[in-house]
Amino acid sequence: MMRNDWQRWICYLSLVLSLLLMLLPLPVALLPLRPWWPALALIYWVLEAPDRVGLGTAFITGLAADVLAGALLGDQALRLVIIVFLAQRFRARLRFFPVVQQSAAVLLLLLNDSLLRWLIRAFAGLPMLPLLTWAAPLVGAALWPFVFLLLDALRARSRTRES
Amino acid sequence: MALSRDGSTSLFAASPGGTLRLAGYLLLAVALMMLDHRNDWLPRVRNATALAVEPAWRLAGAPARWLGDLRENLAAQSSLRSENRKLRDALLLANVRIARMQALVRQNDQLKRLLDAADSLRMQGQLARVIDIDLDPYRRRLVLNRGAREGVRVGQAAVDAHGVMGQVIEVLPNTAVLMLVTDPSSALPVIDARSGVRAVAYGSGSGDGLSLPDLPINADIKVGDSLLTSGLGGRFPAGFPAATVVSIAADRSGSYLRAEARPAARLNRSDQVLLLRDLAEPMGPPAPASDAGPPSSLIGPAPAGQVGAAPPRKTAHAGTRQ
Repeated sequence: MMRNDWQRWICYLSLVLSLLLMLLPLPVALLPLRPWWPALALIYWVLEAPDRVGLGTAFITGLAADVLAGALLGDQALRLVIIVFLAQRFRARLRFFPVVQQSAAVLLLLLNDSLLRWLIRAFAGLPMLPLLTWAAPLVGAALWPFVFLLLDALRARSRTRES
Repeated sequence: MALSRDGSTSLFAASPGGTLRLAGYLLLAVALMMLDHRNDWLPRVRNATALAVEPAWRLAGAPARWLGDLRENLAAQSSLRSENRKLRDALLLANVRIARMQALVRQNDQLKRLLDAADSLRMQGQLARVIDIDLDPYRRRLVLNRGAREGVRVGQAAVDAHGVMGQVIEVLPNTAVLMLVTDPSSALPVIDARSGVRAVAYGSGSGDGLSLPDLPINADIKVGDSLLTSGLGGRFPAGFPAATVVSIAADRSGSYLRAEARPAARLNRSDQVLLLRDLAEPMGPPAPASDAGPPSSLIGPAPAGQVGAAPPRKTAHAGTRQ
């Protein structure tokens, strides 16, 4: 009971933090490489707590990100829903991958998302992104092991504490 | 434990209900995007959720502010001293200039009073700090820590010590969003300080430049020319440094020139900006000279024209003044 509470708090806190990380200022040269933190956090929670995080959570997180960033309402919501759906679909296999292989899967998810983002921007008539943006999925995939281990450690701590 | 059992039942666990829900959410998202794109919903949503959005922005900006404070505290005393000396010199120089300007202002006021003009050259401003967060890195926008409660209004121009920075496009109770002149949807009417050629400088979107497309092929603009705001359109007061021309080339058809310019304001380094309270100069073309007409007391004030240089997504607020 308590453990569930703690896990829920960790989950929501990590999502909120990922939204704030998205806003954190970076040097201009590094801007296109900014990893998409909410996606990483959501993928983790879909893999580890699928009954807590689903399409609805992804949609709401995406809406919050859109309102904060002020680009196009619904853009990130749509992309996050798709990522979470794919992660849900392959969850059974992804969970038992070693971390490196998981990173590769995350890379594929994020690359697919980059394509989608490009399409959405083209349809909405927004200015095109610099080419370097296509490297952001690489950064995201490279950060995945750390995100995974950090969140896993937080979750595991709750387990030992409560048992 | 329930999780692993769920995983072992089938490797391709995907209920048809999941796909249905996906379709539902996708439809919802697409509908939102279209509504926002057509009707500009986002600012309204933001206004409704300002209570949550503003603290998030401030929270995200906090680490940068702490780092800045820390750096200031750690700065060596000697560098502070030399900086202090330099600043004092600059202050002296600025004071001298201000004194001269005041003389000019006084003279100008007298002349205007002589001309029976209603407005005087009062330029009131309000300092605002930049909250250091990146909204959408591909649009040049800044978040300021002053909002509707402090009297900030949409359409106010913002300047720093070196030139024009941009204009306020969105106001929340305690914050405001500033569109920089380098934003792709920004248009700034300028005038060449040397030759008097008028043009419109658009934000180039990529990078931190301005571009002046579609200049006549014989336009008298040279590399190194400084561009001032022309005051046409009524958004920006006239006479502020706007940019310096860095390159000129003929466009593909060969019938127009295209100039690239570097903004005069330090857009990336400004920490504080000055929001101009009211438009200093009358908008639109000057009133026709009436040296042979009736006395000036019988003539109404100059008409305030509104030339369209406003950003496409906002209604023009040209002409509001106090």
